[in-house]
Amino acid sequence: MNFNLSKEHIMLQKLYKEFSDHEVKPLAEEIDEKEVFPIDTVRKLKECGFMGIPFPKAYGGAGADQLAYAMAVEALSKVCATTGVIVSAHTSLCAAPIFEFGTEEQKQKYLIPLAKGEKLGAFGLTEANAGTDASAQQTIAILEGDHYLINGSKIFITNAGYADIYIIMAMTDKSQGTRGISAFIVEADTEGFSVGKKEAKLGIKGSATCELILENCRIPKENLLGKEGKGFSIAMKTLDGGRIGIAAQALGIAQGALDETVAYVKERKQFGKPLSYFQNTQFQLADMDTKVEAARLLVYKAAFNKTMGLPYSKEAAMAKLFASETAMEVTTKAVQLHGGYGYTREYPVERMMRDAKITEIYEGTSEVQRMVISAQLLK
Amino acid sequence: MNIIVCIKQVPDTTEVKLDPKTGTLIRDGVPSIINPDDKSGLEAALRLKDELGAHITVITMGPLQAENAIREAFGMGADRGILLTDRAFAGADTWATSCTLAAAIKKLQYDLIIAGRQAIDGDTAQVGPQIAEHLHLPQVSYAGDLRVEDGSFIVKRMFEDGYHLVKVKGPCLITTLKEMNEPRYMRVGKIIEAYQEKEIEIWNLADIEVDPSNIGLKGSPTKVKKSFTKGVKAAGKVYEVEPKEAAKLVVEKLKEKYII
Amino acid sequence: MNFSEYRGIWVFAEQRNGEIQKVSLELLGKGKELAEKLDTTLTAIILGHNVKTEAKELVYFGADEVVIVDDQLLEFYITETYTKVMTNLIKERKPEIILMGATAIGRDLAPRISARVHTGLTADCTTLEIEEETRNLLMTRPAFGGNIMATILCPDHRPQMSTVRPGVMIKLDRDEGRRGRVIEVDSGLTSKDINVEILEVVKEPQEKKKIEEAEVLVAGGRGIGKKENFNVLELLAKELGGLVAGSRAAVDAGWIERGQQVGQTGKTVRPNLYIACGISGAIQHITGMEEAELIVAINKNPSAPIFDLSDIGIVGEVEKVVPAILEVLKEESFKG
Repeated sequence: MNFNLSKEHIMLQKLYKEFSDHEVKPLAEEIDEKEVFPIDTVRKLKECGFMGIPFPKAYGGAGADQLAYAMAVEALSKVCATTGVIVSAHTSLCAAPIFEFGTEEQKQKYLIPLAKGEKLGAFGLTEANAGTDASAQQTIAILEGDHYLINGSKIFITNAGYADIYIIMAMTDKSQGTRGISAFIVEADTEGFSVGKKEAKLGIKGSATCELILENCRIPKENLLGKEGKGFSIAMKTLDGGRIGIAAQALGIAQGALDETVAYVKERKQFGKPLSYFQNTQFQLADMDTKVEAARLLVYKAAFNKTMGLPYSKEAAMAKLFASETAMEVTTKAVQLHGGYGYTREYPVERMMRDAKITEIYEGTSEVQRMVISAQLLK
Repeated sequence: MNIIVCIKQVPDTTEVKLDPKTGTLIRDGVPSIINPDDKSGLEAALRLKDELGAHITVITMGPLQAENAIREAFGMGADRGILLTDRAFAGADTWATSCTLAAAIKKLQYDLIIAGRQAIDGDTAQVGPQIAEHLHLPQVSYAGDLRVEDGSFIVKRMFEDGYHLVKVKGPCLITTLKEMNEPRYMRVGKIIEAYQEKEIEIWNLADIEVDPSNIGLKGSPTKVKKSFTKGVKAAGKVYEVEPKEAAKLVVEKLKEKYII
Repeated sequence: MNFSEYRGIWVFAEQRNGEIQKVSLELLGKGKELAEKLDTTLTAIILGHNVKTEAKELVYFGADEVVIVDDQLLEFYITETYTKVMTNLIKERKPEIILMGATAIGRDLAPRISARVHTGLTADCTTLEIEEETRNLLMTRPAFGGNIMATILCPDHRPQMSTVRPGVMIKLDRDEGRRGRVIEVDSGLTSKDINVEILEVVKEPQEKKKIEEAEVLVAGGRGIGKKENFNVLELLAKELGGLVAGSRAAVDAGWIERGQQVGQTGKTVRPNLYIACGISGAIQHITGMEEAELIVAINKNPSAPIFDLSDIGIVGEVEKVVPAILEVLKEESFKG
């Protein structure tokens, strides 16, 4: 067993930190406050190769592993959770299923521009009546000659409106239940495809979260991802991978809040002493740090398993469950240790606490993660 | 075009802290970085490469850990990396350092040598010009901008009160200011290449032709007699006096600290 | 190398457009002191075109001897021409010590000369002393971003060379009664020695710097009271070659720009000098400036937390203390 990062991972960390500190952190407050999607940041992420980290060079990627990818999402989220989820949704939920389930033609046409960052990706599974119960899909795809006609709508879609390529789940055979769901690659400029209402959210406010509307969208047959009826399985496997990204996002948020707090308690004086001199502060910090480190080990382990081709569904679920709950707990404590200042927008822990909450909900709620973990335990 | 960029790995002096009790430097945990002026020099070379095509060799002298600086340069886009390392090189002042680097550079093909103006751990600004002298090359230092026109280099040579636009033909040596550009970030893919595909060439004393009496501590004309820290910062006094009196105290303090 | 052949202290009298740079006069002041200790002569070396009239000024500021090399090829500074003339003079006249300003010219020329004549060079010295038994020059300079000081020697080579930043040494009072020898030397240059072509010479005022880069910051906070009161801070900043900054309170009040804000939600700065005027020292501000080398605090509240951090604190009203500082600075500059 070896817990040391390789030299290349250490160098990647250096890049991630420099990029996050200089390009991402300065905008975090503003994009939260104004709820704007950081489009310039996405362009810079592309230039630095953040948009295709775990894909082979032959497909426009960086040729790095899952850990390198998870560490990137962690580092970005440490200073701005919005930026973290843009990369995570793009990579794990759009580029990854094309890489894993796509034909060579689909990879050439879609994965390469996605991995190069020339195109932005998104994923549409959730519907108004199909949240955790993803099988209740009402979006329908009917095969008509050389194309499918898709009708329906999706909600809470990350990167919606800014993405060029969407992975869309739709029912091709209602009688088959989850086995009647298929996955499609849908281009944003498809006729009948539009972006609906933008959600006003508690956190990750710069992230675009919108409704998608598909009205008689003609999708060429060759854009069916995998086989007909395999959509649900593709979606579940995609979410297994996506959870590593969200777990890394949660880990980053928690680490960011911890770092802010450590700096603060050394500076802030009450009763003539820095807060760090008080045992309550010390014990709180010890608990926070321990949980963050435990979360990191789970996240990195899940990434390692995926890289090595080992089973990782349970590991990813554990990582996401623990990291997201840790993020919520650590950010809440961080606000508490900042006292009244922590509740204001003068300090970033207030934003981090709001951002943390979503990690317990999207890409499978904590309850879903517990179902995934226990199902494997009891099978 | 073949470009050689001389880089130095330095401790990030902005991260260096003094031990508040002993007044000594805390070097542990201080990150090592590519010296900022050198990094801008590398960026200038990379821009020439982007625009005109070039092969960029980075060269550094230092301990084996300096390989990190070369890998970082690969991560930014450098093509070749040479690390000059040997016990015999240790303890060198600028004269001996420049002599060693010049001996290594003599073995390479080049149209342009770029060195950062000065290193943040020494601030001497001497090695670049001294390399140029050892290689009998024209030099233009303090470059604020660099471009190529009709096969010549056009350098904006900065002074305190303006600049000269200088035309110089290669081969030549240019020293660069960090203000001249914003160095690019490494690329994720290039970092992976830096470790999985690229090799750093390690050169020892035996690999270069240099008079051993001109290198290392022995070959250094200057010697460090002693070094010391400025000591622990004493708690400042607070005065409650007439404005004129107070002003005199402040000005006195500024003089003491060489600010005026 | 026969050390006893090397005698005399040289100051490279740097001129731009025929105007002697202040740092060179400061070096003459230091050079005079060293020359007396070593019982030797102080020589100013001036290279340029139409610079002969400057010789007497160099004498008035302390030179016993002035060597002038006047040539059209030396009109503008070019590394090679200046290096060639200087090294020829050194080989012929064998000085013991050469002092040069640590300017964009001095720091280009000095290393090139030192490499050519094979001697040591120490940059940016803040103290120069003589070790009497050896006649060695003890050159003390900051290193490691100013965190440590090192004393350097050049024991086995001559001349000993060092550069000194402007403002570090103190020039002598100008004295028209001083007498000195003026020697003119031929440059020996031909146009072949010009290895670079100067296409354009541009003079430009210093660009507006960012507060993160300023060496001196004069910062105002809530205690300044109103926008107009920043004017005097501007004057002080200008006098000290620095910039004005401020706390969040000053920004929120619209007295200064957002880009000038120091602190948690603003910039982190690390100047050599930070003068905090009417800034109480709330934690959000302190995180942005505590690394400043020298902190001067002016505040009317004697228990303001900023005084815990300052190297020197003045309890008083900014509107009175700052103008008084300006006044004292003016008096000083008349003296100096």
